[in-house]
Parts: sequence; structure tokens; C-alpha cells
Amino acid sequence: MSISINNNVLTLEGEFTKESVPALEAELSKLNKSASTAGISMIDLGGIHRIDSAGVSFLDGIHQRLGEKAGILLFKGARADVQAVIDTFSTINLPVIEAQREMGFFEKLGDDTIKAYQAIVEGLTLASEIMYYSAVGILSRKGQRKGSTIQQAALLGSQALPIVALLSFIIGFILSLQSGVQLKNFGAGVFLADLLAITMVREMGPLITSIIVAGRSGSAIASEIATMQVTEELDALRMMALHPIRFVVVPKFHAITFVMPLLVMFSILVAELGGAMIAVLMLDTSVETFVSRSIEILSLKDIIISFGKSIWFAWVIVVIGSYYGFQVKGGAEGVGKATTAAVVSSIFAVILFDAVFSLLYL
Amino acid sequence: MTSSLVTKTPVIEIKDLQAKYGNLTILDGISVDIHPGEITVILGGSGCGKTTLLKNMLRLYEPTAGSVKFWGEETLGMSENEFYEVLKKTGMLFQNGALLNSISVYENISIPLEMHTSLSQDVIDRIIRVKLNLVGLGNAIYKLPSELSGGMKKRASLARALALDPEILFCDEPSAGLDPVTSEALDNLILNLKHQLKMTIVIVTHELASIHRIADKIIFLDGGKMLFNGTLDEARGARIPQIDHFFEVGKF
Ligand SMILES: Nc1ncnc2c1ncn2[C@@H]1O[C@H](COP(=O)(O)OP(=O)(O)OP(=O)(O)O)[C@@H](O)[C@H]1O
Ligand SMILES: [Mg+2]
Repeated sequence: MSISINNNVLTLEGEFTKESVPALEAELSKLNKSASTAGISMIDLGGIHRIDSAGVSFLDGIHQRLGEKAGILLFKGARADVQAVIDTFSTINLPVIEAQREMGFFEKLGDDTIKAYQAIVEGLTLASEIMYYSAVGILSRKGQRKGSTIQQAALLGSQALPIVALLSFIIGFILSLQSGVQLKNFGAGVFLADLLAITMVREMGPLITSIIVAGRSGSAIASEIATMQVTEELDALRMMALHPIRFVVVPKFHAITFVMPLLVMFSILVAELGGAMIAVLMLDTSVETFVSRSIEILSLKDIIISFGKSIWFAWVIVVIGSYYGFQVKGGAEGVGKATTAAVVSSIFAVILFDAVFSLLYL
Repeated sequence: MTSSLVTKTPVIEIKDLQAKYGNLTILDGISVDIHPGEITVILGGSGCGKTTLLKNMLRLYEPTAGSVKFWGEETLGMSENEFYEVLKKTGMLFQNGALLNSISVYENISIPLEMHTSLSQDVIDRIIRVKLNLVGLGNAIYKLPSELSGGMKKRASLARALALDPEILFCDEPSAGLDPVTSEALDNLILNLKHQLKMTIVIVTHELASIHRIADKIIFLDGGKMLFNGTLDEARGARIPQIDHFFEVGKF
């Protein structure tokens, strides 16, 4: 293939295909630099014996660039089969569609602020709807499938239980080991029981459990609802006159409200087990002393706060998971994004609320 | 477009192809030649294995027995890289579109061009616009797949299949879900590709009108076997009850 210029006629010869066009482009830009393309008034296509859409696009590029400089440009002499391909793939008269303009900094800032505000309003609306229907749902099971709450509770519990057990034991053990060493130095080893009981009940129990449930079940809630949204299942439910929140979210809400305190209780007990091992093996405390000190130090208030917190965290997880699920945009890839966003935000929210609780009820 | 036109040897030769999902045999003993520059239509009831046949020919599923030759070369034993060279000369419109969902229509079509050619951005840009225009989607160029209707997704997928000017084009139900006018325009595009570009085209379709407009050859599948392979007129004359029934029921 070749490009040559003679008497203001640009002659093209050979194959103009996606394989040869890159080399032709290089050759043409060389010719352009030597300024010999300036006066061209005609392009001779007679020597082209094979062309594809890349070749046609290349010709169109020449046409439009040279045409702008030289005014009218003539093509001549293409073989019939080559001309047919040119006609099929010509880009000369195609409309140019503008890509969406990028926003400026302040425009984007304003846009983001409005979006954030809307997201908060939507989130709070959803939260109140979920609360409302869950409250209504206690009295009447209308719009929910029989046994769905129990099924969700079993699922939630069985998903979280093994990880909660393992992590709580390790944390109880390590916490006791670290503080046990310090306490022993002061001869205050017996106080380990007090320390661990308070820490686990007021802080760590609800926190660890909520983080695990957010990761395990919050993500599952988000991806389930998001998938249903993307595959039009939620629309199908509406068409069967079923409210998506009542049908999908309320059973989860009830289940998690019920299961979360149990998981927290379990987490505390397992952590105490880890602590008791340290107390007995390292600090020479008897099991009886450990248990009785642990129970004595706790007030009713501590326990109420612990359960109150865990129920609140549970609700936060359900609401955030549902929020991202219902918000999903796009196809299947939106589901993944919604799930990740749900986990990150619910863990963030849980820790934030935990801080608030700690400040309020010191 | 290539020498295959002159020599008239089949571009695809399938012999005794067997396809299974697990232990379930879907297709058995399929033997057929696909000739260059022809439009071959694969027919058969829903679930009879048309998509399966396409996917096994292209080794998206590995056939359990038989032989598939492209341009005279056996492909079933080929290494992945060798087979990619075959795939670069073919395009496939999947039954559900199979666009990459996280990127725009424009990027979907630009991917094969960027990855397999060293064309300049200007040329790639033009190719994308003209291919989308051919399928009537010029306006949807910057949309995301999730913002397209079902029929639009299919057409975008066709534009992507055409990105590299394939020598063989496979289409799995291109006109299902399209209105008759768009469907006819698509048929005309397919005929145009055959006449102007000498493309070899294999299509799965149920639309009788479309079959009449475009088919050079038909392949009829039923019960895991190939009942018939030949021209439309031959199919009419063959007096095979299933085929007669198919055309009878499909009439207005
Ligand atoms: N991934 C899979 N795993 C197991 N079985 C499958 C799979 N895909 C398809 N099948 C089965 O193989 C058979 C043929 O399916 P195929 O998709 O090839 O049908 P088809 O002829 O394309 O139908 P349609 O016209 O509805 O698209 C069906 O019975 C289907 O149940
Ligand atoms: Mg199919």
C-alpha cells in the first residue's frame, strides 16, 4: 500500500484495512509535515483493491482535514466493490454527538451538596417507613410470608454465630492477657473480672457483634434488595399488590431486632470464658471469684445500655442495607457497589453511634 | 472478502459434534458445512439447543466429541492463543446482548478496537460512530447499557460484534424483541453486510418474515439432532412433519 502526491492529486494504492491503516497514518502525517498536502484538490482511489471500515474511516479523516483546507475535494475512480464498502461505512455525514460536559469545581461542589442532602432526606424517609411498617407488622402479619421472620432469624443467627464466637473468644482472651499483666504488677489481679465485664458489656460485645453482622448480614440485605431491584422483582411484587418494605424488609427487621441481643449476650459470655482462662491460669483467681465479681460489678443500667445499643445498631444495619439496596442504579455491577457501600457505611455508622452512646451514658 | 470466496470451500465444517451440559446430552451427531458469503439460519423450538450449538462451535463450551474446522483448520485441539486468532476474525451477538455493564456503549465497542489494532483515536472514533449508526443507535453512543431497552442492548451488541469487520458473524436471535420496522432494518443491514462485505453470517431466529428475507440455507434442530440442512425451498419440499409444522404455525 502507498500514498503519493502528484500534481495536486493524492493517489492511494493497495490494501486499506485495520492492519495497514496505522502505517498509512504515519506516512500521511509525514507528508503533512512536509506541507506537500496543501494544494491537493483530488484523491484517486483507483488503486485500492481492498478496504474495510478502518480504511474508510481513514479516508474520511483525510477528506475532512484536507477538505477544510482546500475547499472542495474530489474523489475518483474507486472500484465498484471498494465503493460499496465505502458507501456502507462512510462517516462523512454522521451527526457528531457531544459527550456530556464535565462539571466545573464549584458546580460539582454544589451538585454534590444537593445530592448529599437528598440522600439524607431519602434515607430518613426510608428509615421512618421501615419503622412504621415494622411497628404495624407486629400487630398484623399482612403482606408478609408465613414463617419469613423465623427463617430470617435462623439465617441471621447461623451466619453470624461461628464468627462471633471465635472473635469474641480471641478478643476476651487478648484483652485479659494484656490488662492481666499490668494488673498483676500492682497486685490487683482480681480486678480483671470487673474490667472485662464492664468492657465487654458496655462496649466490645455490642460493637464486635454489630460489625460482624454488618459485614455478614448487612451486605446480604443490600445485595438481595439490589438484585431484586435490578431484575425487576420489586416491580413484580408491587404488581402483585405487595409492599416491598413489608414483604422484604420487615421480616428482616423483626428478625434482627430479636437476634442481635442474643448474639451480643453470646459474645459477652464467650469473651468472659476467654477472660476466665487468663484469670485462673495467670492470675490465680478462682472461677467462683471471677464469676461473682463479674456479676456484682454490673448494674442493671449497664445491661440495659448494652441491649439498647445492640438493638439500635441492628436497626442502623437494616436501614442502611435497605437504603443502598433500593438506591441501586445500573445493572448487575450496581449490586456489587451497593453491597460494598452498605457494609462500609453501616460499620462507620455503628462506630459513630457507639461513640455517641459512650458520651451520653458514661 | 478473502480468497475463500474464490475457492468456495466451506468456512466452517462441523462433523459429528456432540454437546453436553454435565451428563445431559443436548446435541449429538451434528454435521454441517457453512459456506462463505452465505446467510445460514439455525431454526428449532425454544430450548432445543441453538445457542448451545453456537457456543460449542466457538468453544465457549468445549464440545464433548466431534470436529469443528474454521477455514479448513481443526479448532478443537488448538491452544487458547491460536484460537484467539480465529476469534478475532469472528463476531458474536449474544442472545441477551452481553454488553459490559459498567462502561458506556462507546467504550464497549472501542475495547476490541483498542486491544486488537493500533488505529488512531480518530479512526476508532469514526468506526464506533458508523457501526452504531448502522444499527440505528447513533444517539445512544454515550449511554450506559443499563440505560438502554432490551432491543437497544441487542443492537449495541451487534455494533460491538461488527467492530473489527469480522469475516464470520454469529447472531443469536438478533430481532427477538424488536418491532417489525427495526427488525426489517436489521435484516437489511445483515443483507448489506453479506452483499457489500461478503460476510459469512450464521443467525438463530424465529421470525418467519426474517427467514424469508435473508436465509440462503437453513439448519433445523430438533430433539438434539439436525433434522434438515439445505435451502428454504428444499426444506419445503422435504416433507418433514416438524418443519412443515414450524412454517405452518408461524404463518399469519
Ligand atoms: N448452562 C447450562 N447448564 C445446563 N443446561 C443448560 C445450560 N444452558 C442451556 N441448557 C439446557 O440446554 C438446552 C438447550 O439450551 P439452549 O440455550 O441451547 O436453547 P435454545 O435453542 O437457544 O433456546 P431459545 O430459543 O429459548 O434460546 C435446554 O434444554 C436448556 O435447559
Ligand atoms: Mg438460545
